[in-house]
Amino acid sequence: MSVHTSRPHDSATLHVTGRARYTDDIPTPANTLHLAFGLSTIARGQITAMDLSAVEAADGVAAVLTARDLPFANDVSPSVHDEPLLSPGAVHYLGQPLFIVVATSHLAARKAASLGEISYAEETPLLTIDDAVAADSRFEDGPRVYTKGDIDAALKTAPHRLQGTIEIGGQEHFYLEGHAALALPQDGGEMVVHASSQHPTEIQHKVADAIGTSMNAVRVEVRRMGGGFGGKESQGNALCVACAVAAKLTGWPCKMRYDRDDDMTITGKRHEFRIAYDVGFEDSGKLVGVDFTQYARCGWAQDLSLPVADRAMLHADNAYLLDHARITSHRLKTNTQSNTAFRGFGGPQGIVGIERVMDHVAHHLGLDPLNVRRANFYPSAMHISAKMKPTTPYGMEVTDSILTEMADALELSSDYHARRAAVADWNAANPILKKGIALTPVKFGISFTLTHLNQAGALVHVYQDGSIHLNHGGTEMGQGLFTKVAQVAASVFGVPVEQVQITATDTGKVPNTSATAASSGSDLNGMAVKAACETICDRIAAHLGGEVTFADGKVITPSRTLSFADAVKDAYENRISLSATGFYATPDVAWDRIKGQGRPFFYFAYGMAVTEVVIDTLTGENRILRADILHDCGASLNPDLDIGQIEGAYVQGAGWLTMEELVWDDKGALKTHAPATYKIPCASDRPEIFNVSLWQGENAAQTIYRSKAVGEPPLMLGISALMALSDAIASCGTGYPALDAPATAERVQRAVKALRA
Amino acid sequence: MVTFLLNGEIVQTRVSGTETLLDFLRERMGLTGTKEGCNEGDCGACSVVVTGADGKSRAMNACILFMPQLHGRAVRTVEGISAPDGTLHPVQDAMVRHHGSQCGFCTPGFIASMAAAHTNRATDHADQLAGNLCRCTGYAPIIRAAEAAESEAVPAWMIDDLSALSGVPGAFTQPESADELATWYAAHPDATLIGGATDVGLWVTKQLRELDEIAFLGRCADMQQIAVSEAEIKIGAACTITDVLAAMQDTHPSFAEMLRRYGSVQVRNAATIGGNIANGSPIGDSPPALIALGATLHLRHGETRRALPLEEFFIAYGKQDRAKGEFVEAVTIPRQADTLRCYKLSKRFDQDISAVCGCFNLVIEGGKVISARIAFGGMAGTPKRATHVENALTGKAWTQTTVDLAAAEFSNDYAPMSDMRASATYRLDAAQGMLQRLFAESAGTAANVLEVTP
Repeated sequence: MSVHTSRPHDSATLHVTGRARYTDDIPTPANTLHLAFGLSTIARGQITAMDLSAVEAADGVAAVLTARDLPFANDVSPSVHDEPLLSPGAVHYLGQPLFIVVATSHLAARKAASLGEISYAEETPLLTIDDAVAADSRFEDGPRVYTKGDIDAALKTAPHRLQGTIEIGGQEHFYLEGHAALALPQDGGEMVVHASSQHPTEIQHKVADAIGTSMNAVRVEVRRMGGGFGGKESQGNALCVACAVAAKLTGWPCKMRYDRDDDMTITGKRHEFRIAYDVGFEDSGKLVGVDFTQYARCGWAQDLSLPVADRAMLHADNAYLLDHARITSHRLKTNTQSNTAFRGFGGPQGIVGIERVMDHVAHHLGLDPLNVRRANFYPSAMHISAKMKPTTPYGMEVTDSILTEMADALELSSDYHARRAAVADWNAANPILKKGIALTPVKFGISFTLTHLNQAGALVHVYQDGSIHLNHGGTEMGQGLFTKVAQVAASVFGVPVEQVQITATDTGKVPNTSATAASSGSDLNGMAVKAACETICDRIAAHLGGEVTFADGKVITPSRTLSFADAVKDAYENRISLSATGFYATPDVAWDRIKGQGRPFFYFAYGMAVTEVVIDTLTGENRILRADILHDCGASLNPDLDIGQIEGAYVQGAGWLTMEELVWDDKGALKTHAPATYKIPCASDRPEIFNVSLWQGENAAQTIYRSKAVGEPPLMLGISALMALSDAIASCGTGYPALDAPATAERVQRAVKALRA
Repeated sequence: MVTFLLNGEIVQTRVSGTETLLDFLRERMGLTGTKEGCNEGDCGACSVVVTGADGKSRAMNACILFMPQLHGRAVRTVEGISAPDGTLHPVQDAMVRHHGSQCGFCTPGFIASMAAAHTNRATDHADQLAGNLCRCTGYAPIIRAAEAAESEAVPAWMIDDLSALSGVPGAFTQPESADELATWYAAHPDATLIGGATDVGLWVTKQLRELDEIAFLGRCADMQQIAVSEAEIKIGAACTITDVLAAMQDTHPSFAEMLRRYGSVQVRNAATIGGNIANGSPIGDSPPALIALGATLHLRHGETRRALPLEEFFIAYGKQDRAKGEFVEAVTIPRQADTLRCYKLSKRFDQDISAVCGCFNLVIEGGKVISARIAFGGMAGTPKRATHVENALTGKAWTQTTVDLAAAEFSNDYAPMSDMRASATYRLDAAQGMLQRLFAESAGTAANVLEVTP
């Protein structure tokens, strides 16, 4: 079987030789035109005049388009049509596209785009959570509230009670490949679009609306992205639509790629959150109940903010059984970039909220935070009685918990207790530098919470020479989806993976795809591909007759053994169809997102990490020294690729909560709009000791070969770094550090100073 | 006309003075393996290997390398790092085996940096790769790959023979000596001088400026010398930070350690000490250290030379004591027993611009501070000495009390600003913290998080 074995990424050799082709690398036809957006320079107001004469007169400019020039829909929203491609008059954030320059080169377009003379009637922008709360500026009519039990009564009678608030900063995706698109007009009004997008079907839909055609006249192709992380779920719509419209109007191929500063200025990021909590608990640290109020800064347009905020609510419990809980969620509308999907999709913020609570409770009681966490874990399957199944605050039964078993194993393998004691000793001997250590768990729900998205399709052809052509609705952004799905196809056909040709995602081959998101890529597409391959195998088997096995490149029947190629040739010559589609819809998921009740998830993925850090109390500078991770991928389809996802997600999650800081000025200008000022982790920031292991088990749910999704869950392992920093700071005094994120050197120093004051 | 070797083949081409190597490769040569990630030298996706007349291989950022800078040099892109017959370079092979690529977009840049380091037999991998950002892998598998390739021989195809290029003249203003530069610049006083283009490059790629008259300093061999005598260390203005780092390793190791964190390998291979001084930035990292060392700046206009203490060069934000047509020729450091300590504070340890850079040069004898020269970057509109703090220390006993009293003086020396890197309060707190760290270290107390092992 090809599955459950490690093998390199299918494009690894192309990557290391520079031959892997990304959207900007596709050779362009002669006369291709290049686009750039002219951007607003204020955060809120009305355009009173646009003088674009200098733009039009600039070298190489072929056309300049404003909202008035758009022939059909002026809309790139993935949700409620509140996001025009070009502003028709109102300005909602600094960096909003106002006009398109179409020019003979990328550089000419960029140069011209800076020449617009725009006059505004400026208004005071709402930039912060406080601004939006004060103005009651929000999406939806009021906050969403999910409840379980009787939280008010529980808090009143709790032996202990604490309140607190944590600020959690946003995060720039910083995919290394910026957004890019290429639109190629065809005869008869059709359009082919090459995009760097996690969601080709949505691009197809938005392009069709923008050029006034139906979806069947638009074909979108995505071979690979140079990173996505959620940032290419909806944010590529604008470039693709702009290129398609310009291509339709000019008749020439049109291409656009954002300069990095434009990319960071225009596109949305991870939602910044504030989470306030009121928690009641017992002497042991067992929570009686917790009341969370989550404030999400959504930015100017709705985009995917509602499901992001929903998922934050759905992860407010993380790994912990809460008898009484209330989660109130405010989705705030501000004059900033429209925040969007980012690996974890609100889940990480929700989880940070309760991990802060665990840390705070433990500090209050003087307990090892791990003991408090353990006291609250969802019980393992063996400890669940048939009539009293533990449920989440949204009423979903949790029957697959392996939290206690994983904590037992990780405690041992990481030598947690001895190291915690060693940290205390070390701190006693070191007045300036302090160490900290923390173990945090993650339980992450797998499925799109918009239930109808939990479907996938595949198209598989077997050619008469026995070679296999594979296509499905998922997109490749580095996660190794194509490799895993090819392993699935090879396993079903019983052939080496090399016999499976992986092909670009193409809306003309598999229609109506969901975004490659929610960690669901291999779960959904793997199943769809398996179904398609099995259909073809079944046809071949029926033709050959009897019990037929596909293994080791052979097709074995009761009477004979053929090579796969010979069996295929035989089937072809007997007029057996060797092409099939496959389809999969996740079973058993159904819930009510307004009430917050039901089963939004097919299953949960688990993991946990121990992180040790050191801080300098004088300057707040800090480093991760060591990380030990145990993560649950079920029966992994490809263990090495899964470990790669975990290592990368941990560093990305730790970066979010430590050094990655987004800063806006009081006019609403993003000041950290390039890697010179926005710092993602680099090589020396990885933990010097970095032990990653996979939990040996299989998914209780019937997933593709009993594997589990891996894209998002391990990001939240990085939360252990934030909690370890809190632990180190706590050693400087008796108070609780109440450390906000990102815990930059400045925030760490400020927290130390407050504790020592 | 510019002539250079590209993946072993001679290329002779007309270029504009500010055409970048990255655009040339991608748009004119169809070599799209080299990627644009940020177009400002901060992500390393465009890294290539450049070999100079000295035969040394250097990783450099193609996005801020102007074509004339390549004249007479050899460039290897990711396409030329594997053998002409397709055989993978050992670092390429190791990256495949160790799963060092995920999305693959940063990978060509990593391959270039790794290949340059491999050629130089460098094994400080995290430093060698500090200029290459990866958002997928968390770096662990990349470092494993670099380690795995260490013992493999340098492939023969990586050795470029530059002899075919010698004596080919370039068309751009590329003076071959300080004298030529002085004559030309006196006659073209409004021109822009380009050392490594790590700053001027961004004027072009980000500010989209047109530069009328430019001259490149990369061929002024006499300005790339570091001369050590009994009295002084003289550093030519066109020396790269890589050269300065090497020179400081033994004489002023704390300066060298700070320069280890200056930009990245790619940036240090291009950036010059003269550029770092002459651009007058308040957050350049070399001026505070040089001022603390009592360095003298040597300026030249035509045949007229003058020298001044480096701190006097920085008059105000954006204003330096430099006349039109006058250029920085060298900087000298008086020989001294090493007492310099440099502390660089930034959001990320590697390849990040300092929020605060504090450099302390205290001579302490018999428990008493004999002399104190302290200079900071990031605390004012210029690199600036902390004279109040210096006065509060000089002549005093080197004790906690003295240090506490002196630390309070920082607010009389500096009124820093708040920006995206740090708040004013934090900058002042951190400056005080650095003085406390100096005292702690002098007492043998651990105070450097980079020296802590797990």
